[in-house]
Amino acid sequence: MTHPYWVAFSSIVVKEVRRFLRIWPQTLLPPAITMVLYFVIFGNLIGSRIGEMGGFDYMQFIVPGLIMMTVITNAYGNVSSSFFSNKFQRSLEELMVAPVPNWVILSGFVIGGVARGLACGIIVMLLSLWFSKLVVSHIFVTISVILLTAIVFSIAGLINAIFATKFDDVTIVPTFILTPLTYLGGVFYSVSLLPEFWQWVSKLNPILYMVNTFRYGIIGVSDIPVATAYAMLGLFVIVLGSWAMYLLNTGRGLRT
Amino acid sequence: MANALEISSLVKVYDNGFTALKGIDLTVQEGDFFALLGPNGAGKSTSLGIVSSLVNKTSGDVRVNGYDLVNQREQVKRSLGVVPQEFNFNAFEKVFDIIVQQAGYYGLNRKQAAVKAEEYLKKLDLWSKKDTQARMLSGGMKRRLMIARALVHEPKILILDEPTAGVDIEIRRSMWTFLTELNRQGTTIILTTHYLEEAESLCRNLAIIGKGEIIAQGPTKELLKDKDRSTFVADFSQSPESLPESFSQFDAQLTGDGSVEFHIKRGESLNQVFALFDQYNLPILSMRPKTNRLEELFVDLTENQPETGSKV
Ligand SMILES: Nc1ncnc2c1ncn2[C@@H]1O[C@H](COP(=O)(O)OP(=O)(O)OP(=O)(O)O)[C@@H](O)[C@H]1O
Ligand SMILES: [Mg+2]
Repeated sequence: MTHPYWVAFSSIVVKEVRRFLRIWPQTLLPPAITMVLYFVIFGNLIGSRIGEMGGFDYMQFIVPGLIMMTVITNAYGNVSSSFFSNKFQRSLEELMVAPVPNWVILSGFVIGGVARGLACGIIVMLLSLWFSKLVVSHIFVTISVILLTAIVFSIAGLINAIFATKFDDVTIVPTFILTPLTYLGGVFYSVSLLPEFWQWVSKLNPILYMVNTFRYGIIGVSDIPVATAYAMLGLFVIVLGSWAMYLLNTGRGLRT
Repeated sequence: MANALEISSLVKVYDNGFTALKGIDLTVQEGDFFALLGPNGAGKSTSLGIVSSLVNKTSGDVRVNGYDLVNQREQVKRSLGVVPQEFNFNAFEKVFDIIVQQAGYYGLNRKQAAVKAEEYLKKLDLWSKKDTQARMLSGGMKRRLMIARALVHEPKILILDEPTAGVDIEIRRSMWTFLTELNRQGTTIILTTHYLEEAESLCRNLAIIGKGEIIAQGPTKELLKDKDRSTFVADFSQSPESLPESFSQFDAQLTGDGSVEFHIKRGESLNQVFALFDQYNLPILSMRPKTNRLEELFVDLTENQPETGSKV
């Protein structure tokens, strides 16, 4: 017989995946449209005037960053809005009364977020093929870094939802923290172009490491050591994961 | 035989400092049909919420089916089916999916879950709505959906917080028949309701809670036996203008619509009243208890409860 936890886990994942598929115009379509605009405007129109960046034509340089940006936003957004609406509609109680350990709940929602992040990432990657050719230099790095990043931001989205008390609260972090960090995380430029001080500041931005490692996986160039990025991602998974578990165990924002 | 539910010295202080439960003790035997009654805000949902892991307790002990709530939470959860007071399903999901989903949380794979979902949706007369989004159900259907969902893993104990609120008489009756049958087959049923006549006729044991304290607990029949008086209302073909002095022994009063309300103390016989009415040539056309007996007991107990009274 299949283990009950496994069944519970897959139930959560199936529910999460069905949710974002059901509302695809809000989940899968927007990143496709936004990114095509980026490709057209930055890649084709402006990119042709910029010339090379990091030794590649500008379009090829920004594609990995834009895929990463998509994965981050969508993984985070999926878990934060789904978990919050479960909490808001009280349907999270269905899970709270059931014999499902918190680590299964956490993993289920996180894998749901990863699935949405990857689905959007793949859509954007396929769309990018219209504008530039895609070569993958290091397949293992490409896949592992995108998975780890999706996991980190899914967990972060869940933590956000736990603290959120109204719908606005799940948009604050993406607007005021995630988007700026992504734009400043070397999606559109190589940090080597920056003055030394700003290079140093940029290196405090975790998203820089993720974007560069992913770019390294695709086109083989990175502004930072790839090993550092893995160490950082590992640390984030552990720290955020433990924090999320602590919050679920104490019932923060869920149980009065 | 383990008790289905044992609560001792359970205290709940909410984050805002409000003490909703002041150390309650409650025992429900296995196989019982048990009602937890009390006015709004008495602490019924709080108690049931703690038992079903939806509310954190402040102190005290809870055992469900012999398992400790804190140390054996998983076994506790497996033993319980929970129908909360407020609707708590995803309104955009379809009825069938909600049930299958819930079964999955208890470890039933999709195939087993689909079989159980069909069984319980049929039993609760919701099968024709299986592909309807939950938000499009009527209030009574939503309640039944929550009952089906709570039963899909076939728990030993079913907890229902006001299952009949907002349900019409016909459906309420069929719901009671359903629950009675379920209970007959061995499921312990613990519920709250504000319809006291239902509790009186169906629940073997009950507890009355007021202001976070248990003020009475025991077999329904015993509790009612102890009640010292009952109120009746009599109607006459020709309403009396006034009542003779001798009626005061029954605390009788003329009401606005021309009927007479009187009280019978424990040990007194109704025949005495009839004799008196006869004597004054007042033929009774019809007579009924003013409220049901449980309702009177309930009102007596809860209205006369001191602000921070000691436990009975
Ligand atoms: N989250 C909360 N924070 C603070 N106080 C609360 C909270 N939930 C309930 N209470 C208070 O606790 C008391 C008991 O509430 P509870 O919901 O248990 O009552 P109840 O007996 O179920 O009432 P009803 O018949 O209206 O459902 C009430 O005074 C209520 O205001
Ligand atoms: Mg209540």
